[in-house]
Amino acid sequence: MIKTDVVIVGAGPTGLFCAHQLGIIGLKCEIVDNLDKIGGQCIELYPDKPIYDIPAVPECTGEELTNNLIEQIKPFKFNFHLNDRVQELTNENDNWVVKTTNGKEFHTPNVVIAGGVGSFEPRKFPTKSAEKFDGTSVLYSIKDKTIFKDKSVAIFGGGDSALDWAIELSNTSKVSLIHRREEFRGAPASVQKIKELSEKNIINLFTKYSIKDVKGNGSLEEVEIKSEEGESKILKADYVLGFFGLIMQLGPIAEWGLNLDKKAIPVNTENFETNKKGIFAIGDICTYPGKLKLILSGFHEGALAARGCFKYARPNEKYRFEFTTASNTIKDRLGIK
Amino acid sequence: MTKIKYIEHNGKEHIVEVQNGLTVMEGAVQNDIPGIDADCGGSMSCATCHVYVKEDWYDKLPKKDMGEDDMLDQAYEPNSNSRLSCQIMVSDDLDGLTVHMPEKQV
Repeated sequence: MIKTDVVIVGAGPTGLFCAHQLGIIGLKCEIVDNLDKIGGQCIELYPDKPIYDIPAVPECTGEELTNNLIEQIKPFKFNFHLNDRVQELTNENDNWVVKTTNGKEFHTPNVVIAGGVGSFEPRKFPTKSAEKFDGTSVLYSIKDKTIFKDKSVAIFGGGDSALDWAIELSNTSKVSLIHRREEFRGAPASVQKIKELSEKNIINLFTKYSIKDVKGNGSLEEVEIKSEEGESKILKADYVLGFFGLIMQLGPIAEWGLNLDKKAIPVNTENFETNKKGIFAIGDICTYPGKLKLILSGFHEGALAARGCFKYARPNEKYRFEFTTASNTIKDRLGIK
Repeated sequence: MTKIKYIEHNGKEHIVEVQNGLTVMEGAVQNDIPGIDADCGGSMSCATCHVYVKEDWYDKLPKKDMGEDDMLDQAYEPNSNSRLSCQIMVSDDLDGLTVHMPEKQV
């Protein structure tokens, strides 16, 4: 069990800057994120895309923005809990007990939800029959590639994950690669390699096809694919892999008893607290009249939510506003001599 | 203002006037039409504003930009009539445009 002043759910730009503001005012926090890396949508969706509307930064990429935010909170030495998801939130004597999927437990007076549009999860096959094999022979990520040795593997998708795994697994497995159109969005070198392997009959390539059905008694035996014209083919498959990118799901957040407006959490604009005392929501996940889904709005929301956390974390102290330019206390916290 | 018809997967029709310059996605979101999620808010990074446009209109729409098809690869049941509604800008030319929503977005 970890006791802290604030648990931040989500390590995107908004969560990171809120952590910075907490550090500045002398509070401790722990940051939990479902992804395996820090940065949220900036890192997962557009690490290389330039952003032009961060104040005083004419242009930077999602990755640069993330790296700078990480650098900015370094002095506070906050802990990150990546690859983990906040599952349960319960109230105990005016404190929140926060439990994660990996079995971690935090006790805190404040939770700041900076969860974007929810957690990233792989997009799955639309086929109902695929659910039965989900996690055993229908997979959306690969943990141990040795299970595919000498097996028939049908890989769906047209991006780098699909291409890279098709190339890699073709060394030891019988690989079919199926994609809904002729163009691939993977790296040109990988696309070239796939074409070569297909010409040499090492990979069976099916473009303009998508999944129709998976079949098998007990274990998976075959996958049926269809063209848009309705023609179908049956391929032998011990495993079916889908690489269709990630989707964002609100997930467990919907179960915490918070007011919801569509997929967003209504907050007040004084400190971004939700309908539950000590639970704040900032960034894309919060909504209020005039809400703008901009990173800069998330920064503002995080700064005010941090002050909101102060009164619950330090009930006997009075919060005093200070500038970073003038305050020696803040300079100490930042480790500036 | 331009008339756009949104048809939900269950057949329910919504005809709304959308201001020129907005996208077909924004027209749906601003009028509370169900079936278009638009999680990323129109930055072409999520594929949850996916619609089908039948041939008669599909060919009249401005062509897809680079990246739209890449994103559509990640949509729910895309086909050759698929578009991302956040990439279709409403103008007088689109008066009467009909878009069909997929069964679901995620």
